[in-house]
Amino acid sequence: MIFLVVFVLLVYVLVKFRARATDSPHEPAQVYGSTQIELAWTVIPILIVVVLFLATTRVIRAIQDAPRPENVVEVIAIGHQFWWEFRYPALGIVTANELHIPVSDPASPTPTHLKLLSADTDHSFWVPQLAGKTDLIPNRVNTMWMDPHRTGIFLGQCAQYCGTQHAKMLLQVRVDSRGDFEAWANAQKQPAKNDETVSAGRRVFETTACINCHSVAGTAATGRFGPDLTHMMSRRTIAAGAAENTPENLGMWIQDPDMIKPGSLMPAMKLSDSDLEALVRYLETLR
Amino acid sequence: MSSDAMAIRTAEIEGRPWVETLHDWITTVDHKRLGILYILFSLVFLVIGGLEAAIMRIQLMHPHNDFVPPQVFNRMFTMHGTTMIFFVAMPIVFGFANYLVPLMIGARDMAFPRLNAFSFWLTAFSGILLYFSFLGGSGLYGAGNAPDVGWWAYAPLTSRAFSPGHSSDYWTIAVLVSGFGSIGTATNIIATIFSMRCPGMTLGRMPLMAWLSLVMAGLVLITITPLSAAQIMLLVDRYLGGHFFDTQAGGSAALWMHFFWIFGHPEVYILVIPAFGIASEIIPVFSRKPIFGYPIMVAATVCIGFISMSVWAHHMFTIGMSSTANTFFVLTTMAISVPTGIKIFNWLGTMWGGKIQFKTPMLFCIAFLFQFLIAGLTGIMLGSAPFNWQLNGSYFVVAHFHYVIVGAILFCIFGGFYYWFPKATGRMLDERLGKLHFWLFVIGFHLTFDPMHIPGLLGMPRRIYTYEPGRGWDSWNVIVTIGTFIQGIATLVFVANLILSYFKGPKAGSDPWDAWTLEWSVSSPPPAYNFAVIPSVASRRPLWDRKHPEDPDSRYE
Repeated sequence: MIFLVVFVLLVYVLVKFRARATDSPHEPAQVYGSTQIELAWTVIPILIVVVLFLATTRVIRAIQDAPRPENVVEVIAIGHQFWWEFRYPALGIVTANELHIPVSDPASPTPTHLKLLSADTDHSFWVPQLAGKTDLIPNRVNTMWMDPHRTGIFLGQCAQYCGTQHAKMLLQVRVDSRGDFEAWANAQKQPAKNDETVSAGRRVFETTACINCHSVAGTAATGRFGPDLTHMMSRRTIAAGAAENTPENLGMWIQDPDMIKPGSLMPAMKLSDSDLEALVRYLETLR
Repeated sequence: MSSDAMAIRTAEIEGRPWVETLHDWITTVDHKRLGILYILFSLVFLVIGGLEAAIMRIQLMHPHNDFVPPQVFNRMFTMHGTTMIFFVAMPIVFGFANYLVPLMIGARDMAFPRLNAFSFWLTAFSGILLYFSFLGGSGLYGAGNAPDVGWWAYAPLTSRAFSPGHSSDYWTIAVLVSGFGSIGTATNIIATIFSMRCPGMTLGRMPLMAWLSLVMAGLVLITITPLSAAQIMLLVDRYLGGHFFDTQAGGSAALWMHFFWIFGHPEVYILVIPAFGIASEIIPVFSRKPIFGYPIMVAATVCIGFISMSVWAHHMFTIGMSSTANTFFVLTTMAISVPTGIKIFNWLGTMWGGKIQFKTPMLFCIAFLFQFLIAGLTGIMLGSAPFNWQLNGSYFVVAHFHYVIVGAILFCIFGGFYYWFPKATGRMLDERLGKLHFWLFVIGFHLTFDPMHIPGLLGMPRRIYTYEPGRGWDSWNVIVTIGTFIQGIATLVFVANLILSYFKGPKAGSDPWDAWTLEWSVSSPPPAYNFAVIPSVASRRPLWDRKHPEDPDSRYE
């Protein structure tokens, strides 16, 4: 609106008052100003600003000071270089990068409240179709909420430069129906299945440096530096969205992460071919 | 041309040893030469910063592109931002102020000529120091690393834990030292304007360029200090065991943000206010009318200066401040649009009823009006916190601030070049090349920065070296990149114009534009002492009074 008014004025002035060859050689009337006109174009913008400000204040309050309904799903999101850790304290679930939340019915809302923390540098949680972004700042606790009214997969990514692989710190939020969410949560609560056919691979996992960084519930692996792998096969991607979760990509990620995400903090494990194959087959059982 | 200037020029051309000329320029304390040195320095870094932008845009042209690896890309955006702000935009506005302020107020030089030279050389040294990091910085990825922490260098990314080696230190020290140079120049401008105006020139009769340089200088003094303090605190953290910003030891990342943006927001007003000054000189002359509402223009600018110091946390709406804090910063940010809008209306009022000449300086100022309007409106959008929560850290913001810095500031600066080049060199810039430069730049600018808003609206964050296909960002990024190259060609046309016209341009005489302020009363280029006799003025447009003795301004002011 404002743009149109000023733009039309500008074009009008340029056309109407351009110097023409047929003009008299005299200078135009030398007008120094006009108190009434200047008052008008001071007062009107002030009124516009007041209206915009009041409208904005109302939305800020509605979002930041919204009363918390009874049934929230609580998630703690911890930002890492360059992946997302998600914990559901009430449900006893730990997962990474792909967030599942239940759809919310406007009649009886079940929003998701996130507590945002960081393990290292600044990050920002941004899934545009679900909510505005809020930063994850180390040594500070931030909160935000999402109240999705339709199911689906919603994409986002880290929105505050956090280092070399900021670009590949992707987010996937799956808004599930209530039933699907409960099914997912129940599966995630289980410890890792113990499949004897992949015990060779499990031994590789437990006797190399993997357990320093990763956790697999129900095993000796309790590392917190990297993503929890207990149900890693329930995720569609690895490396926070940098690659599809396929056996070939998994092998490449373990042997040479720089091929997928150069500058990530996953070390190249330099396993022998047979160890690598056994390990991947083990990881494939972590559904 | 005066006989003195002729003599110097002739001596320069006729076989004076070039070493002597070089020595004169290196040891000069003449505000005109220092102004030109600042401007030349900025032009060199403009080209370098532009190359850094080109590298980024080629990388971003397609998703999953591999033109440069992430480590290099992250250095590019850090260096591009740092270079453009500290080593292009700031020096160039200091250069214009240095050259013009004494001439406009009827003085023979700045108040402190040697401080002036010292300030320039500090800035020059710090620019070179920053770029030395490409060779000397060492870090996680081996030797020779420029800093890669972004031009805001947010903590704790800059702590030793996350930025090992010295690349971040090059950023810190180079910007710190350039800050000292800025403070020197600002002190000089203020002292000169307050104590060296010619007889009759009350503050209310100064050209707007001088007034706005004064406001800019005041802002510099107030705003560089928090940045310098923060950088010293960062060095204490990194090397002396401090924990100001060390979050692993209880320090605060938000503390850095407050310090940085208390500097960072007024900084952009430091850049734009001189651009307003240039527009306020050019638009009246090419509309053949005095500026509409001079007193309000001054008051509005002073208001902008004050309010700009209260808006800083609109860069921090997403860090989790309380609703009260967020509301306060929305209020101040929106408030600043009122004096800014008033200025746009006053420029339009100047053109209303005039006889507008579409010469190159005016073309750039007209484009400035159009582009600054859009930039201001996207700024107000971003100033609304809920809107900001979606669009902060996205390409919408990148589009907004480039709209201001390139579309408003750089366009005014180009206009200023075409307007005052004749005064500084005695020759006119070629008008046809000027119009070619203008139209190419307008096309390139809009091809790049108009579509850039859209990926931002669709969720594309900034500072990413690549992105996933299928998010709806791909084609827009191609268009944005193409515009970059057109702007590059336009800049080459401009540089060619500068060089060709310096040697072969038509002689300008002292007043080629039939203008009204004191700098047009001396020869082109002016003699080293500016004025043989210090002038006396009775109005805001002393040359109008001289040219129109039957109808002088002094009768009406």
